[in-house]
Amino acid sequence: MSAKPKLAVYWASSCGGCEIAILAIHEKILDVAAAFDLVFWPCVLDFKKADVAAMADGEIDVTLFNGAIRTEENAEMAHLLRKKSKVLVAYGSCAMEGCIPGLANFADRKHMMQYIYHDAPTVDNPEGVEPQPQTTVPEGTLTLPAYWDTVKTLDQVVPVDYYLPGCPPEAKWTQAAVEAIMSGQLPPPGSVIGMDVTVCDECPREREEKKIKRFYRPQEIIPDPNKCLLDQGLLCMGIATRAGCGALCPSVNMGCRGCYGPNVDVVDGGARMISAIGSVIDAKTPEEIDAVLDTLPDPAGYFYRFGLAHSMLRRTALVRENGDRRAQPLEEVPHLDPKLKT
Amino acid sequence: MADYSQFNPAWGDRAPVIIGFLCNWCSYRAADLAGTSRFGYPATLRDIRIMCTGRLDPTFVVKALREGADGVLVMGCHPGQCHYEEGNYKAMRRIALLQRTLAQLGVHPDRVQLAWASAAQGGIFTETVKEMTEKVARLGPMQWRDNLEETAPHQEEGVPL
Amino acid sequence: MSEEKVGVYVCHCGHNIAGTVNVEEVSEWAGQLPNVAVAKDYKFMCSSLGQEMVEEDIKKEGLTRVVVAACSPHMHEPTFRGACQRAGMNPYLFEMANIREHASWVHQDDKPAATEKAKAIISGAVRRSLELAPLEPFRAPINKTTLVVGGGIAGINAALEIAGAGYKVLLVEREPSIGGHMAQFDKTFPTLDCAACILTPKMFDVGNSPNIELLTYSEVEQVDGYVGNFTVRIRKRARKIDTTLCTGCGDCWERCPAKVIDDVYESGLGYRTAVYRPFPQAVPKYPVIDTESCIYFKNGRCKACEKFCPTGAIKFDQEDEVVVVNVGNIVLATGYDVFDARRIPAYGYGRLANVFTSMEFERMTNASGPTDGKVVLRDGVTAPETVAIIHCVGSRDKNTNVYCSATCCMAALKFAHLVKEKTNAQVYNFYIDMRTAFKDYELFYTRLLEEGTHFIRGRAAEVTDAARLPGEEGKLIVQAEDTLIGKQRRVPVDMVILMVAMEPRADASEVAHRFGIGCSDAGFFTERHPKLDPVATMTEGIFIAGTCQGPKDIPASVSQGEATAARVLGLIGKGEVQIEPVRAQIDEDRCSGCRICNNLCPYNAIDFIAEKGVSRVNPAQCKGCGTCVAACPSQVITGQHYTYDSIMSQIEGLLYDVRSPNEKVRVVEMEPA
Ligand SMILES: Cc1cc2nc3c(=O)[nH]c(=O)nc-3n(C[C@H](O)[C@H](O)[C@H](O)COP(=O)(O)OP(=O)(O)OC[C@H]3O[C@@H](n4cnc5c(N)ncnc54)[C@H](O)[C@@H]3O)c2cc1C
Ligand code: SF4
Ligand code: SF4
Ligand code: SF4
Ligand code: SF4
Ligand code: SF4
Ligand code: FES
Repeated sequence: MSAKPKLAVYWASSCGGCEIAILAIHEKILDVAAAFDLVFWPCVLDFKKADVAAMADGEIDVTLFNGAIRTEENAEMAHLLRKKSKVLVAYGSCAMEGCIPGLANFADRKHMMQYIYHDAPTVDNPEGVEPQPQTTVPEGTLTLPAYWDTVKTLDQVVPVDYYLPGCPPEAKWTQAAVEAIMSGQLPPPGSVIGMDVTVCDECPREREEKKIKRFYRPQEIIPDPNKCLLDQGLLCMGIATRAGCGALCPSVNMGCRGCYGPNVDVVDGGARMISAIGSVIDAKTPEEIDAVLDTLPDPAGYFYRFGLAHSMLRRTALVRENGDRRAQPLEEVPHLDPKLKT
Repeated sequence: MADYSQFNPAWGDRAPVIIGFLCNWCSYRAADLAGTSRFGYPATLRDIRIMCTGRLDPTFVVKALREGADGVLVMGCHPGQCHYEEGNYKAMRRIALLQRTLAQLGVHPDRVQLAWASAAQGGIFTETVKEMTEKVARLGPMQWRDNLEETAPHQEEGVPL
Repeated sequence: MSEEKVGVYVCHCGHNIAGTVNVEEVSEWAGQLPNVAVAKDYKFMCSSLGQEMVEEDIKKEGLTRVVVAACSPHMHEPTFRGACQRAGMNPYLFEMANIREHASWVHQDDKPAATEKAKAIISGAVRRSLELAPLEPFRAPINKTTLVVGGGIAGINAALEIAGAGYKVLLVEREPSIGGHMAQFDKTFPTLDCAACILTPKMFDVGNSPNIELLTYSEVEQVDGYVGNFTVRIRKRARKIDTTLCTGCGDCWERCPAKVIDDVYESGLGYRTAVYRPFPQAVPKYPVIDTESCIYFKNGRCKACEKFCPTGAIKFDQEDEVVVVNVGNIVLATGYDVFDARRIPAYGYGRLANVFTSMEFERMTNASGPTDGKVVLRDGVTAPETVAIIHCVGSRDKNTNVYCSATCCMAALKFAHLVKEKTNAQVYNFYIDMRTAFKDYELFYTRLLEEGTHFIRGRAAEVTDAARLPGEEGKLIVQAEDTLIGKQRRVPVDMVILMVAMEPRADASEVAHRFGIGCSDAGFFTERHPKLDPVATMTEGIFIAGTCQGPKDIPASVSQGEATAARVLGLIGKGEVQIEPVRAQIDEDRCSGCRICNNLCPYNAIDFIAEKGVSRVNPAQCKGCGTCVAACPSQVITGQHYTYDSIMSQIEGLLYDVRSPNEKVRVVEMEPA
């Protein structure tokens, strides 16, 4: 009898939620276990990298890869799994668009090290030790994978066949993907397993023509549960976010944060938000416009929360500083030139 | 060619490259008029005609920066003069939000500017290009792709960035 | 890679381009661009030979895209689209690369940079052309009715010509009567024709033409639509007179006790009543009640007019009426305003009684004017013995208007003659240059020289009543440098006439905006081309005539009025218009109904279909600005001809030389499908 298709699951730079999400398909997981030969899943089964390296190229039928690429190790595994897999799936927002780990692209390696090993309030590191790529101990040299300035998405490192959006992906889409793979009815390579509309399409809230006079943060108002949050001045990324989650966040009075990434064909979700939100601000003079925008602090954080690493610019500019490269966001909030009034 | 290293040595023998988005009805014609009037300005601007600044998708701006432009200049009709009534107000709001967002990404607002010129203001058009060129020249070149180059220690040869 | 075959044609434009841009180098370079099948340079691409070359290549080489690198698309895009069409290629697959206005002419001092920039522009155009899609222009029938705005001599002639050809005209005039400035004049240069004698019959014809509907005391409030199919909202201000009853007998204004200075028709020199007809030959003949000065409207008493009106035509409760009409073409002939002489305090207007403006003088010499045509000082009786006429007041002056008002020299000569004729006073003309171009004008000047008028070449510096020298007491002294003899002169006179400039109407920019056309820096309406298309505007179906386009005299205004008629009749004759198919389209299957776009359209072209939860563009209302296209957060609105892909590709093309200079960086670009 022909061997069962071989499945691998890997976890790079991510929170682990995606691993849980795979299990969240509940009893279907048994079908998966029955249908596939699980050849590599470090979180669940005790396989080693060497086991994968020993496989023939293309031997793995499908790899579900979650997590962004932020270290040399992540990249190495991505390359290895790419080589060994027929189908490589970027599973979840981190692998697909960088997601929360990608927010590190607002900063730089040095900054991250400083915070994580020195400045974070929970750190207890009296000697000020930092992990080093190489450490010499009496037994020899220990190495750690290098840590990059810039978090990358899986497809910035190796070619990817399919994408499964979401932070984490909803079970029904994992299921759909698994079923498609099992049945052999695969969409064209490069496809995203999901919908081609935005969250608003799944959101039952009633919406009106938009005119935003100011933005509110969630703690500032109690929104009307039936009306569109954006209409009420609560920033909702649902307008520019791929549907698929069933409008989870708006259904609990919280603006969508954009975890499914931008809609089909959109290369820069943040720019789409800037355009849409900018369009519906109800202000005409430079001063009025700035006043409205002052109620929306940290626009880049909002608009690129999940997609910074996969956006057009990908990160905050780096400036060379004594041999290091430091991310240099501008301190000052730009204001429009009042002369633009006429 | 003009020597931009006087503004910022990083230019070497390069000149700034600015992508322009000019609305069909006012600023594109202002640029035409600057031409017909032989008003000289630095050859830094490479422009794109759009029907109205309302067509300006911020994606175009980030695309231009990403592809190596040192700045982006958006020009339209004066407020109240847009051929489509209010496209320029929308452009103003989008640019304001874009500038704020880009500042967090380290892009100086002088690199993404908005200005107005009516079809009769070839002179204003010329001056705007000159001024913007000088501002961008002071800021220095912006090769965005350099930001994506990885310099972590022990980087293996051939690891793509 | 795309299969398209692009032809690139680099125009020399004589030396205009080739003198700065190395066109041979550029065309050779263009030849190696991906997809470029043919690249040539040629002396004059717009010539018939140039166009034929394109046509031939399309047929022989099977070109599917054409890029002509030459002048502005505003100049020759239609030309080359036509050539492509003749060769069987969809004209919207043509792309123009503007290397003249945007490169050779502005970088003349940096030829290498101009050449490099030309390459970038062409690279952008080629990349963009690959993304273009064939489009079919919309065809729409032309509404045969024409709207003429402004009933001065230019508008009157436009209206009469069109009406004479058998088509309906709607003439909208802001004042109670048509006639414009010409109705204020007594004589016209250079023939000294009686203005009323030549204008009144035309006004009468307008009033009586079955094809002209005259809406006076009215203004256009809103304009929608496009060539062939404009919808116009007009406010007919309440005259407070029932014109079906009024016979124009004049009993009302004769009895009206409220007298006010008439700033419009009498230029402030005379009075009118609250209920008034601006002048005896007014068309229409009906008066209006000016509610601001009417006693009844101030305190509820009076009603004298009502009491004396034999037909009961006075209607104090009449309200403004708003009419909405459909027209196919629009002629704007809104004329000019005169410069406010107070803006040059040195000339003393408003402070020195016997300083008059040219418009005041026009009224003074007019037989039906406030002085019954007598030339007298402000006291109303004394005839002047010496008169100074100062040219270029508010013209050719960098503190006010830099342009020449074109008519003042001639009008000043006319005045000099009239003063002489009526008072035999000595006349001194202070001029900078005497501008008497056009047929027979110079003859008039010669005649004035012979009549003994004094001409002093020099801009008057000051008009003062401060006497310094004997003989100056009680006089106005005009101080000027006589540049012909190189001496300062002080000329004592009794009367000074300031030849005030012609300025754009105070509301010209508002009106321009309402009709979707542009204004020049000075504020006059902008023509499509200053030489070859002087009465058309950038907006199809909207034409301009007379002094709203720039200072000019009556013959030129009349010519333009008639020229607009020819243009309008030409369009009506065609029967239908072709409209650029640049429109927005929503992919309804993928619209999420977020409603971001709903409020953005200036023409309310976007409807929200509640049952389906999607938005939809009405193509008849959309004008293709692209605002909604850029705003849609789902990116499901397509802006035809300026599509997302076409602009993104153009950006890449323009930046071809700076895109990836750093070879160390390899980026695997795989956008999610
Ligand atoms: C002092 C002086 C003397 C001159 N003498 C001569 C001369 O002797 N010979 C000669 O050839 N030229 C002379 N000219 C020039 C002449 O006045 C103009 O060429 C001519 O009157 C221009 O006519 P027009 O129809 O363009 O404008 P106008 O006469 O200004 O008519 C415009 C009309 O449009 C109306 N209008 C304006 N705005 C609106 C609106 N928004 N809606 C509706 N209606 C509107 C106005 O009420 C007016 O009736 C003289 C000019 C001056 C200043
Ligand atoms: S709440 Fe958010 S997802 Fe729901 S309709 Fe409004 S914008 Fe769309
Ligand atoms: S509503 Fe938005 S943030 Fe929330 S789960 Fe859905 S896509 Fe993610
Ligand atoms: S009611 Fe008014 S218009 Fe009539 S006579 Fe009196 S003041 Fe004049
Ligand atoms: S492009 Fe969009 S916003 Fe512009 S006119 Fe058309 S429908 Fe309206
Ligand atoms: S903005 Fe886009 S998704 Fe939203 S309603 Fe309009 S067309 Fe639909
Ligand atoms: S047409 Fe120029 S800004 Fe809208």
